[in-house]
Amino acid sequence: MKIYVPLDSAAKALGADDVAATILSEAAMRGLDVDVIRNGTRGMIWLEPLVEIETDKGRVGYGAVEVADVPALLDGKLESLGLVEDLDWMKGQTRLTFQRCGVTDPLSLTDYEAHGGLTGLRTAIAMTPAGIVEEVTNSGLRGRGGAGFPTGIKWNTVLGAQADQKYIVCNADEGDSGTFADRMIMEGDPFTLIEGMVIAGLAVEATKGYVYLRSEYPDAIDIMGKAVVLARNAGMLGADVLGSGRAFDMEIRVGAGAYVCGEETSLLNSLEGKRGVVRAKPPLPALEGFLGKPTVVNNVISLATVPVVMEKGAAHYANFGLGRSKGTMPIQIAGNVKFGGLYETAFGMPLGDLVDTVAGGTLSGRPVKAVQVGGPLGAYMPREKFDTPFAYEEFDGQGGLIGHAGVVVFDDSTDMLGMARFAMEFCAVESCGKCTPCRIGAVRGVETIDRIGKGDASAIELLEDLCETMKDGSLCALGGFTPFPVMSALQNFPDDFVPNKEAAE
Amino acid sequence: MSDVQTIEIMQGILARHATQEGPLLPILHSVQEEYGFIPADVVQIIADHLNITRAEVHGVISFYHDFRDAPAGKHVIKICRAEACQSVGANALSERALEKLGVAWGGTTTNGAVTVEAVYCLGLCACGPAAMVDGKVVGRVDASKLDKLLAEAGA
Ligand SMILES: Cc1cc2nc3c(=O)[nH]c(=O)nc-3n(C[C@H](O)[C@H](O)[C@H](O)COP(=O)(O)O)c2cc1C
Ligand code: SF4
Ligand code: FES
Repeated sequence: MKIYVPLDSAAKALGADDVAATILSEAAMRGLDVDVIRNGTRGMIWLEPLVEIETDKGRVGYGAVEVADVPALLDGKLESLGLVEDLDWMKGQTRLTFQRCGVTDPLSLTDYEAHGGLTGLRTAIAMTPAGIVEEVTNSGLRGRGGAGFPTGIKWNTVLGAQADQKYIVCNADEGDSGTFADRMIMEGDPFTLIEGMVIAGLAVEATKGYVYLRSEYPDAIDIMGKAVVLARNAGMLGADVLGSGRAFDMEIRVGAGAYVCGEETSLLNSLEGKRGVVRAKPPLPALEGFLGKPTVVNNVISLATVPVVMEKGAAHYANFGLGRSKGTMPIQIAGNVKFGGLYETAFGMPLGDLVDTVAGGTLSGRPVKAVQVGGPLGAYMPREKFDTPFAYEEFDGQGGLIGHAGVVVFDDSTDMLGMARFAMEFCAVESCGKCTPCRIGAVRGVETIDRIGKGDASAIELLEDLCETMKDGSLCALGGFTPFPVMSALQNFPDDFVPNKEAAE
Repeated sequence: MSDVQTIEIMQGILARHATQEGPLLPILHSVQEEYGFIPADVVQIIADHLNITRAEVHGVISFYHDFRDAPAGKHVIKICRAEACQSVGANALSERALEKLGVAWGGTTTNGAVTVEAVYCLGLCACGPAAMVDGKVVGRVDASKLDKLLAEAGA
């Protein structure tokens, strides 16, 4: 009997390791021949640990399974959820980047290949570098790290640069609250990221890659490290990638707990062993990146999407989406929601559908007050903006951003003044220190919001001015975008900023 | 001056990272893994090895939240303070933890059992409030789960 128990961090955080161990011990007591496979997560976190048993009809799911449920599970007495593939959450999605996540054994290359893995790389090997870049450009893939810059155009710059050494750097710093797509794919389907990086290497003629992985993800670090060794042993990495005669190898590097190191130039400094201070642009990292050499810096999801683009073709990928937001986005639904997790769908779904239908509203059962989209630098969207389609330009038009596609839901007990204060506090803690409006401004921001909270109405204007200064005078988006959550909280929820609100209540 | 044993340990660590490009962060992680913090007397050894100044090494150590200049408690508990966890009660949880331990963020209990640190997102935002105990993830931490974690850690 084949039983799947996820090894994903979220599943582990909810007891998956104990469940897996109990399945083995209980099976042994029953004399059952059980093969426990530790898969990635399907992304339905409210059902974790989601245990699956393979049957001739397909994989039957049970969740959330507790240790005490295991005897009933093995005796066939536990109520099932039915076939996992048939669950609404699964059927509603278009899984391209995440096609294998939760399905396969993350560290089995055989499994990987049996489910379409390496097809993209083999296609790429048969193409010229310029041909690969053109395919990625035609897919319309844009950077999933936040800025949404077209991946193919970035690659073209690096391909055109002349140098004795070029690099592929994968940004796995994923510091935004409400996001975990990078973590999930690294834990659940690490070879996809490796394959994407190899293809990027072939495309721009880079032979060395780095994954800069945040230290807050010990499980992902462990799995990626093992996957790189397996890939190297199988000839997917090394001096002669899959017998192509071309070289590419890579290394996993661990961050050290600095949010700003997700900013690409700060990341490069950190990778070089320096303080993670942001660099002024130009020069672009594409021309002078790691150690001054031409470097592709891409987010995990951007790179992990490349294999499916090469496998199914640019046109297939570009067919999904809305306007200039092509393809699919792994949306991460988090915070105060009934159904939280990862939901990959074509761009264009209205925010309200995601919140009210897919996420099922709040976990607390109270009305939704605000939704923060795009991490700590993203705006708080009120219900009035719920018809905004989930796509780059559409969110921008509403004074928001989709960023790395984290959607964090808050119920009506939330104090928006407190959330605005937190945004400033976070900026102050994480500022790299290079520009005054960010370094000092954020500290002033906390003080100013405290004054408002104490009933000083004149401080509201001060806060607005401060936000303008931060927007205009910051080198990167940490200082430059912190005004988004602050100002959106103030503008959309003015009642929470009414002086003396405690006395008035 | 460093003692013979320190020099020996450091030679081993530096050799392990000899072929890496930009090896300072990996070296510091290895040092912290070995000692539990970055001892003051290894800074000069690293600086000499990389041909940079002591001040530069120190500047890097102080920039990153992860590196300590003194040992932590026996157990390190990190509690997520970021937005998604706040939406499901992380603030009250943090307050409870700090009050029970009688320390501020980054502090260690007087019996040396627990160091408590703030962390901004553990990627467990769909099962918050989230925490990490000695590198092990814990989700949906409510008051009673927290009390249990603290008790197990000997706080
Ligand atoms: C403060 C700050 C933090 C960032 N954090 C991340 C991050 O954690 N992961 C990421 O991929 N991009 C992050 N970015 C965006 C990167 O600078 C860069 O745009 C991205 O890595 C490029 O890859 P992409 O084109 O594939 O998105 C951050 C930017 C800023 C200003
Ligand atoms: S805005 Fe803040 S984080 Fe960004 S470069 Fe300036 S000081 Fe550094
Ligand atoms: S916000 Fe707490 S784990 Fe992400």
